[in-house]
Amino acid sequence: MAAQSHGVTQDTAVSTGRVTRALIYLLLLLFALFYLLPLYVMGINSVKPLAEITGGNMMALPEVWTLEPWRSAWSTAQIGVEPTGLKPYFLNSILMVAPAVAISTIVGALNGYVLTKWRFRGDTWVFGLMLFSCFIPFQIVLIPMAVVLGTLGLAGSVPGLILVHVVYGIGFTTLYFRNYYAAFPTELVRAAQIDGAGFFQIFWRILLPVSGPIAVVSVIWQFTNIWNDFLFGASFGGTSQPMTVALNNLVQSSTGVKEYNVHFAGAILAALPTLFVYIVAGRYFVRGLMAGSVKG
Amino acid sequence: MAFLDIRNVTKSYGTVQVLHSVDIAVQEGEFLVLVGPSGCGKSTLLNMIAGLEGITGGEIAIKGRVVNGVHPSKRNIAMVFQSYALYPNMTVGQNMTFGLEMHGVPKPERDRALADVAKLLQIDHLLDRKPGQLSGGQRQRVAMGRALVRNPDVFLFDEPLSNLDAKLRVDMRTEIKKLHQKLKTTIVYVTHDQIEAMTLSTRIAVMNKGHVQQLGTPKEIYDTPASVYVATFMGSPAMNIIPARVEVHHGVLHARITDSEGRPQLLRLSQGNLAAGRDILLGIRPEAITDPEGADRTSRNIVSLRNRVTVTEPAGADTFVTMTLGGRDAIARMRADASVAAGQDFDFAVNMDKAVAFDPATETRIAP
Repeated sequence: MAAQSHGVTQDTAVSTGRVTRALIYLLLLLFALFYLLPLYVMGINSVKPLAEITGGNMMALPEVWTLEPWRSAWSTAQIGVEPTGLKPYFLNSILMVAPAVAISTIVGALNGYVLTKWRFRGDTWVFGLMLFSCFIPFQIVLIPMAVVLGTLGLAGSVPGLILVHVVYGIGFTTLYFRNYYAAFPTELVRAAQIDGAGFFQIFWRILLPVSGPIAVVSVIWQFTNIWNDFLFGASFGGTSQPMTVALNNLVQSSTGVKEYNVHFAGAILAALPTLFVYIVAGRYFVRGLMAGSVKG
Repeated sequence: MAFLDIRNVTKSYGTVQVLHSVDIAVQEGEFLVLVGPSGCGKSTLLNMIAGLEGITGGEIAIKGRVVNGVHPSKRNIAMVFQSYALYPNMTVGQNMTFGLEMHGVPKPERDRALADVAKLLQIDHLLDRKPGQLSGGQRQRVAMGRALVRNPDVFLFDEPLSNLDAKLRVDMRTEIKKLHQKLKTTIVYVTHDQIEAMTLSTRIAVMNKGHVQQLGTPKEIYDTPASVYVATFMGSPAMNIIPARVEVHHGVLHARITDSEGRPQLLRLSQGNLAAGRDILLGIRPEAITDPEGADRTSRNIVSLRNRVTVTEPAGADTFVTMTLGGRDAIARMRADASVAAGQDFDFAVNMDKAVAFDPATETRIAP
């Protein structure tokens, strides 16, 4: 047929495509279900009475629905020796994460601005050393950090934790912003200089307004890392321990009955903020990560 | 004392010297074009005038005030960048008044200046748009508007037309020239395009490898280039450079060259200040070699030259004809309908009044 010989109808191509596509979707669906399984288990067991779990029905839907485990995890569960629930620790985490993310992101942006638009002798060395800090494992800095915090009188406090996380995060945030600003035309900075704008005016009026995507990357990265950090929190938290440490104390407590339903509720509570950040800003994350990573 | 004085200015990066003692005095209202190939130092010189690059040696003075070490914003200059450098997050209006705002000019005054310039450049309807929503030509206008609004002493243009397509470039060129005629501002303009340099400037500085090769009016640069370099850089197609020997026949100086067949040909020289017997490089512009009907009637010295045609290239308005002279390709510019064909002999008319002679060793001009 003329139509077929011209390649217009492409009957076979379409039908093959449909089958393949169906297979692909089926596979993706299976994977998605598999990945969601833990969340499902946590979710349904957190709204079950303990008896149903210990009865051996981990996968089944609850026979009696209850929010009591959530209430308990939030406000009454035994954390260490105090029956406070996770609430005060959740607040500790918020008080630590918000300033730590904000400060490390702003400092990273400033560093990136200086390292790309106000080049100085040895700037690549400075950047290289900051990059190096990204590869230092947490454990190595524990003792020096303890000494520094002790000297500054910040040991065992929220400001101390903020300092630790800012110092540790600057390497990453600087890397992001430097690579992002490297692609930003220097002619714009020169034009602004001729227009009479100063160092901070150029930063504030010219660069920051176009830094949205990379700022999102920096915030997500920092938020996730700081919120999920356990080691620094456990080492330097003192009386103001973050959520992760409290969750550990809740789950690992070795006396009395193991309240699995409360543990599940607590674990979800601990994961909620990062989940929220990813859902809200996730699609900017990939975009910004790409934008920042192309130029090096 | 000139309006903009560049006195013995040098620039080095470490041990590498990129500008060698440049001396240019620009009068008020002049349109100076710095032209040269990439890497010749023209943009560096412009950036030094702007204050974006430090000055290694010498002085730059604007209106009698030495500005070495003065911050760019305090030199009362404005610059139009090749990429236009419009702030992407601001509207056109905000872009244009940003400089005034930074200099603390009150809002009513800014708005008045903006309205005046926007009207002059016919961009009043674009003021609320973002640069991303503008075409290339509109961005170019906004970039010029941003410079104009500040009413600076000196305008600096860094290859402002090279991002535009060919047709728009020609239009904007005329636009810039009109603007200069109307406002009579002092302009320093960097380009690598010799046609822009010829058409726009009141004076041209041809630069190469950090040296100013020649500084002069477009006519001086074109008719009496200081060196073979300037001669071949300015003009398109480039000036023909033909090896020749000066000889005396019947008491008159002639240039002896070889034609396509290697036969000697004599061209009577209009210039009398050449020593007989010496070798020269004879420079003849393509338009000085034509068909006899197209020859310049005001010239006092048209020499006939019969030569073999290698290639003809009809370009619409003219026909370019390639031949061999002195062992090198030479190009003649003929009228469009001159009957000339490749492989045949043709009687060319050479306007020797327009010829220049260079020293073969130093490649500098020795006559006229």
